Amino acid sequence: MAKKLIELIGITKSFGDKTILDEMDLFMNENRFLTLLGPSGCGKTTTLRIIGGFETPDSGQVLFEGADITNLPPNKRPFNTVFQKYALFTHMNIEENIAFGLKIKNKSKDYIKDKVKYALKLVNLDGYEKRMPDSLSGGQQQRIAIARAIVNEPRVLLLDEPLGALDLKLRQDMQYELIRLKNELGITFIYVTHDQEEALTMSDTIVVMNKGYIQQIGTPEDIYNEPQNAFVADFIGDSNILHGIMIEDCLVEIFGVKFRCVDEGFGKNKPVDVVMRPEDIVLTEPEKGIIKGKVSSAIFKGVHYEMEVEACGFEWLVHSTVLAKPGKEVGIWIDPFNIQIMNKPESEDEEIFIEE
Amino acid sequence: MVKKVKGAAGKLYLVLILLLLYVPIVILIVSSFNASEKNKAVWGGFTLNAYKELIHDETVMSALYTTLLLAGGASLIATVLGTLVCIGMMSMKKYSKSFILGVTQIPLLNSDIVTGIALMLLFTRFSELSFTTMLVAHVTFIIPYVVLSVQPKVVQLNLSTYEAALDLGASHLYAMWKVVLPEIMPGILSGFLLAFTMSLDDFSVTYFTKAPGIHTMSTMINAEYRKGIQTEIYALSTIVFVIVLFVLFIINRRSEKVARFEAESGVEM
Repeated sequence: MAKKLIELIGITKSFGDKTILDEMDLFMNENRFLTLLGPSGCGKTTTLRIIGGFETPDSGQVLFEGADITNLPPNKRPFNTVFQKYALFTHMNIEENIAFGLKIKNKSKDYIKDKVKYALKLVNLDGYEKRMPDSLSGGQQQRIAIARAIVNEPRVLLLDEPLGALDLKLRQDMQYELIRLKNELGITFIYVTHDQEEALTMSDTIVVMNKGYIQQIGTPEDIYNEPQNAFVADFIGDSNILHGIMIEDCLVEIFGVKFRCVDEGFGKNKPVDVVMRPEDIVLTEPEKGIIKGKVSSAIFKGVHYEMEVEACGFEWLVHSTVLAKPGKEVGIWIDPFNIQIMNKPESEDEEIFIEE
Repeated sequence: MVKKVKGAAGKLYLVLILLLLYVPIVILIVSSFNASEKNKAVWGGFTLNAYKELIHDETVMSALYTTLLLAGGASLIATVLGTLVCIGMMSMKKYSKSFILGVTQIPLLNSDIVTGIALMLLFTRFSELSFTTMLVAHVTFIIPYVVLSVQPKVVQLNLSTYEAALDLGASHLYAMWKVVLPEIMPGILSGFLLAFTMSLDDFSVTYFTKAPGIHTMSTMINAEYRKGIQTEIYALSTIVFVIVLFVLFIINRRSEKVARFEAESGVEM
């Protein structure tokens, strides 16, 4: 069992009369890549800022290795942050930017020089010491921001949507770069993003948040394959979320049609949310499917076709490498193993939108 | 065709306006080089006599000295105070911020003569009028100019750079000094220059708050004027005009440079 590095206990934070975080508990282990994932306004950035010391919680505690650091200012915490908008010091060159933290710690000139060189090498920007931040591209500036943070050898690196401003290709490159950095440095990364793909690619652990509450904590596989509620299912990847009734173990009724599944323990005749991933739905001859439908639209997406199939008054989202043209009669079939059953949200706080 | 006529008319209009604005000043400058003693309306040849006399005129020279000292001192103090106001406003709530901003702008909108008389009444109530009272008066009415040029820079400031400095271990003061101040420095410099020119050519406020016997250039010109204008005054006015023009030129160059720089480096975050 890894050691608990940071622990949040009962954190509550409001701005004005708006509650951002409500009694949140969370802990992070050493040497992990933990991602706080959620839509804007879910409290993920506030959580990060509380860990970084830029916000003080209204109540609750922040522990670092068991010691209370709730009221410790950011400059006294062994963490460093990579900000969303890079936040480079535009009047200093790259070397001065990276050396900023080391100079405050009164390190020797030689030490600083070596460290800056090492940090630049680490982010693949050797020889950029004398350049000014404005002369660099967005991606390069982001790397400098990362170098400036890690050069201080923080115990934890906090990253606030660091790739948000980059274009797709660059973002994907940087994702690999960040994973490599984390493995090379062996420090804990706490990463904030609203991009589910980013979270799935990089994280060891994903914390899905919504409206100030943690919805689910788990590995990327857990989160994607076994979403605990409709919000998580909807937010992570595309999904068909349907209202169903659990007739008995391993049998769920949707639109009056009975589907075999593998979930147990929900009781009898209980309303549930049912998730089917679009790539798990198989289109067949009309007679061979579990239900019949008609293709209403098909869009080419590169890797696959994205099709909408109208059946039982519901638009089913289907991903397939095989095209079924709009207007075609099809059958919808799904492997029982790929049907995910979830309890309906109990309180309004957990209630979340289901699109359409 | 119509377009051409329109264009020509537009140019003519512009030239007319510029003429109206600058012909008087050009006449003044030309007159300062006019050698004709009695009638300044007649060109009597080119001379630098007026300037030579000016240099040897002690009243003028001491007025020049007072003016520069006053403008320099007042704009320095006003720059420090105005910048502090702007930095203080950073962490204020919306309403208190607009209140403070409004209050600092009052001396700008208030008519100079009212500001001058009000300050005079205040000063004479508590002490004698002196160089210090002039200094305080000037600081009062030029602070708004500093605030006006620093405030936009503070608004533009990427607050996360300040947080980044704290994050890297800087104390609040160190972060302010090393990160925030350099970023708003262009605003501070143009604020200083603007305040300097405003102080330099002020008459009303100075007139009411100055101690007897002390003259700035504007009050001196006013005093001399009653005795009949001398060529020296033309020369002096020309010099003042050239100084102000020069400072304005620097301010414009600075803001152009900043604008160009911002255009090149893309939109501010």
